[in-house]
Amino acid sequence: MSPTNVVKPGTKPVQPASNVKTLQIDGKDFSARPEETILDVARQNKIFIPRLCELEGLSDVGACRLCLVEVKGSNKLLPACVTRVYEGMEVTTNSPRLAAYRRMIIELLFTERNHICSVCVSNGHCDLQWMAQKLGLTHVHFPYRYPKANVDASHERFVIDHNRCILCTRCVRVCDEIEGAHVWDVMGRGIDAKVVTDLNEAWGNSETCTSCGKCVHVCPTGALSEKGHAVAEMEKRRHFLPYLTMMRESQE
Amino acid sequence: MNLEELEQIAVTEREAREKVRHEVRVCMAAGCLSCQSQGVKDALTAEVKNRGLEETHKVKGVGCMGLCSEGPLVATSEKQMYKHVASADAAALVNSLDGEPVKRLDCPTDVPFFQRQKKIVLENSGVIDPERIEDYIAEGGYRAIVNALSDMMPQEVISEITTSGLRGRGGAGYPTGLKWSTVSRADGNPKYVICNADEGDPGAFMDRSVLESDPHRVLEGMLIAAYAVGASEGFIYVRAEYPLAIKRLKTAIRQAERLGLLGTNICGTRFSFRIDLRLGAGAFVCGEETALIASVEGKRGTPRPRPPYPAMSGLFGQPTLINNVETYANVPPIIRNGGAWYAEIGTEKSKGTKVFALAGRIENTGLVEVPMGITLRDIVYDIGGGIPEGRKFKAVQTGGPSGGCLPADCLDMPVDYESLAKAGSIMGSGGMIIMDESSCMVDVAKYFMDFCMTESCGKCVPCRVGTYQMHRILSAITNLTATEPDLKMLEELCDLLKNTSLCGLGQSAPNPVVSTLKSFAEEYRAHIHDKKCAAGVCGAHENGGDEKSKPEEKNEARELSEVGA
Amino acid sequence: MKKRLATVWLDGCSGCHMSFLDLDERLIEVAEKADLVYSPLVDIKEFPGDVDVALVEGAVSSEEDLHKIQMIRRKVKTLVSLGDCSVTANVPGMRNAFGVKAVCDRAYTENVTLNPGTPAQVIPRLLPYARPIHEVVNVDVFIPGCPPSADTIYYALTELLEGRQPELSAKTRFGA
Ligand SMILES: Cc1cc2nc3c(=O)[nH]c(=O)nc-3n(C[C@H](O)[C@H](O)[C@H](O)COP(=O)(O)O)c2cc1C
Ligand code: SF4
Ligand code: FES
Repeated sequence: MSPTNVVKPGTKPVQPASNVKTLQIDGKDFSARPEETILDVARQNKIFIPRLCELEGLSDVGACRLCLVEVKGSNKLLPACVTRVYEGMEVTTNSPRLAAYRRMIIELLFTERNHICSVCVSNGHCDLQWMAQKLGLTHVHFPYRYPKANVDASHERFVIDHNRCILCTRCVRVCDEIEGAHVWDVMGRGIDAKVVTDLNEAWGNSETCTSCGKCVHVCPTGALSEKGHAVAEMEKRRHFLPYLTMMRESQE
Repeated sequence: MNLEELEQIAVTEREAREKVRHEVRVCMAAGCLSCQSQGVKDALTAEVKNRGLEETHKVKGVGCMGLCSEGPLVATSEKQMYKHVASADAAALVNSLDGEPVKRLDCPTDVPFFQRQKKIVLENSGVIDPERIEDYIAEGGYRAIVNALSDMMPQEVISEITTSGLRGRGGAGYPTGLKWSTVSRADGNPKYVICNADEGDPGAFMDRSVLESDPHRVLEGMLIAAYAVGASEGFIYVRAEYPLAIKRLKTAIRQAERLGLLGTNICGTRFSFRIDLRLGAGAFVCGEETALIASVEGKRGTPRPRPPYPAMSGLFGQPTLINNVETYANVPPIIRNGGAWYAEIGTEKSKGTKVFALAGRIENTGLVEVPMGITLRDIVYDIGGGIPEGRKFKAVQTGGPSGGCLPADCLDMPVDYESLAKAGSIMGSGGMIIMDESSCMVDVAKYFMDFCMTESCGKCVPCRVGTYQMHRILSAITNLTATEPDLKMLEELCDLLKNTSLCGLGQSAPNPVVSTLKSFAEEYRAHIHDKKCAAGVCGAHENGGDEKSKPEEKNEARELSEVGA
Repeated sequence: MKKRLATVWLDGCSGCHMSFLDLDERLIEVAEKADLVYSPLVDIKEFPGDVDVALVEGAVSSEEDLHKIQMIRRKVKTLVSLGDCSVTANVPGMRNAFGVKAVCDRAYTENVTLNPGTPAQVIPRLLPYARPIHEVVNVDVFIPGCPPSADTIYYALTELLEGRQPELSAKTRFGA
């Protein structure tokens, strides 16, 4: 999904060798630095762990719960994106139980808003759609909710369609952590939660938005898009993110 | 301030009390205030004044006396209490002080409700004036912290707490001594101490009562904790819906600062500690410790994954001790009397007492403090006075929206952390709702699911959407339109939420459903197969159709609000 | 014994049927294995009994759809949801957030000049929601896609006619 071999923000460059942890993922041995997460190690070694809220280069929030894995000795499932490795850790990234939970979580996301892939600008380039297929989903067995959600097209270049938002908060984080503008945030609770620009102002009226478009490109679905794209035409470009992170860290 | 000065305040206060022949205590906690106890107090004060008895008769506003359902409550001596007192009764009550008690207002105190309680946390509630620090000091208040500062190393304080076996009263029952020692060992400076007074469980008001009736006890508990873990700053996170508690806390903090019990170089030592209030805006999830910390930091109150635990990285990334109000309220008596004394009370793994808020179909509603290990039957029938109108007990709900419903065959179970958990509920913060046969257990489960759905913070998918789906199914069951596959889906979601949600809210949201499915499965079946609700609560027609639960209307109600477009 | 195959058109755009026709010469192969006993593509008015496989396109939107799918379910061994409209309600479901009245007003009143007004007869009454088929009756096989490609349909159909369960998630997806 996203490029590999990038240092996470906040992680220090190579540690002395004595600080290496060895662990097992799906029965194979790996070594890692102590500040690395299970997901870091999995990614470096091309082991697939489903995820939606996580995006390399942004802070991790552990919100989508797709990356939950089994760790021997823990009676809880642990989110791979935020769980640090430790010596002797034994991780299982897939099992019938995990697969069932992951499918249900994806299903819940599809029921929550109105995801009509066939008419979406991101059809074919969507992380949610891709993940659903990857996890073997052919239908959603929970009933759909059909909320009335809005489209804010007031910005001159971008659109947000709340019908397609999965509340991963990648836009919130990229705007705050990378662009430094903090235009986006979440308002409301529970099923009524939604992302807003400024203090729930129309995006076009935002005084903080720099129109950089980072939010559009980190958005996993067609919720955020550039104007002027028809169905399936909105391809997201995320190469800037690891690049910015790397540059920033090299300056620190 | 040292021990002698403290003692001096206590002595002066007690001398003043001795001049008084009759102390008339009027409850000034929220329950009684809501039924005009302020008027009663004013009338009594005026009556005493009119008769020129101010020298010998003292009318004193005190905290909660426990039997909130019978308020306004007035006590004229240790043994004589009056209930449902009105302003018009002032003259009669003053007359009774040197004569016969007023029979028609008598509230017997030799009954199990009062006799079977054991008061540690509430020892001063209903006794002292919560707005006067001297009153608290006269009852031995602040002696524990002054003593600790002069005679105990922080490590000794922690070891007393560990010996006492005290466990967190905020819900999970984590050993307090262990938590303190983790914070004290954690690297980082400054460290913080937080008091969790967010008390969000519906129907629970233990913490509010402690804050309203005996605020200094909580401050002293926090002071001791701060000394033990090496913190210099503290916060009390209290919900804005508790204006009286806030007012009394502010008064208490000011008084303690004036006496040098809060501030810099307390008691002439190097220990400094200040306490600030932070007001919560009534989000249940802000009681969860990581959400609470985010809220104190001024951010949106949403939980974050743990670890790191607040003990290692909490407020502003610093080591932070966070405990519940009642947990702190237990601390001063433990330090005063020793950990071993406290460990004598309760069961092997659950020490001390627990305050419960009795509510629902029970004769005596109000606050009770009982030793751990007492049976549910004793609480319901003895202390609570049983079920009114000769109805039959059906279930008791403990632990609020995170807890479960226990059926009649659990009545002889001891009330402690392990037993409740084993039976499918939790101790929780102390809400206890008693239900009789007029309650439908599916409806009860739906009520709590509605609560969890609206209080979910919306961060993680299983809880945000799962509680909505569960509520939808429970609504269908109570509308008598659900089918067997719905039930299967409900069980599936229970399992999903429990195992995949980010925080305790989502993880425990299925508990009311799981526990009722376990003990009252036949009620679910009757709703689904026979389209019948034995309690007569449910049905699309009987109750005129619950607005919120109709899928169509729900959709309308749940529109996302308009933005520019 | 040849299998008995039906195709059904509920609330959809007929795109799935077009994709089915895109089987082209492979249709002959299918015809060797199965008789098409009911379909909008053939002139049979009554849905027959004992159907082995029914491919159903479209969401359940109207009272007529509902009646039809319930009747069909009783007469079919393997019911296949063909295409996104039947699997997710897709485009027909886009009206769900607005309510029937608003939709009819827009279609029959606001946007017409000649005899405005929602007809009370002839057209079947709309249900409050357009729903995926499996929310109404049991579905045995799901083929998402808008429309599913001819290859996907061919694969699924040949597997089913051979009595095997097709594994479709690798072959198609929502919106494919
Ligand atoms: C959803 C949720 C709500 C909570 N609400 C409260 C609360 O209102 N008061 C409280 O003291 N603890 C509450 N807690 C528990 C706290 O997270 C924390 O465990 C507690 O304050 C620790 O104090 P203790 O060890 O003294 O119990 C809540 C937990 C969750 C998951
Ligand atoms: S479980 Fe619920 S309350 Fe907790 S983080 Fe997830 S959405 Fe928020
Ligand atoms: S990727 Fe870990 S919770 Fe979303």
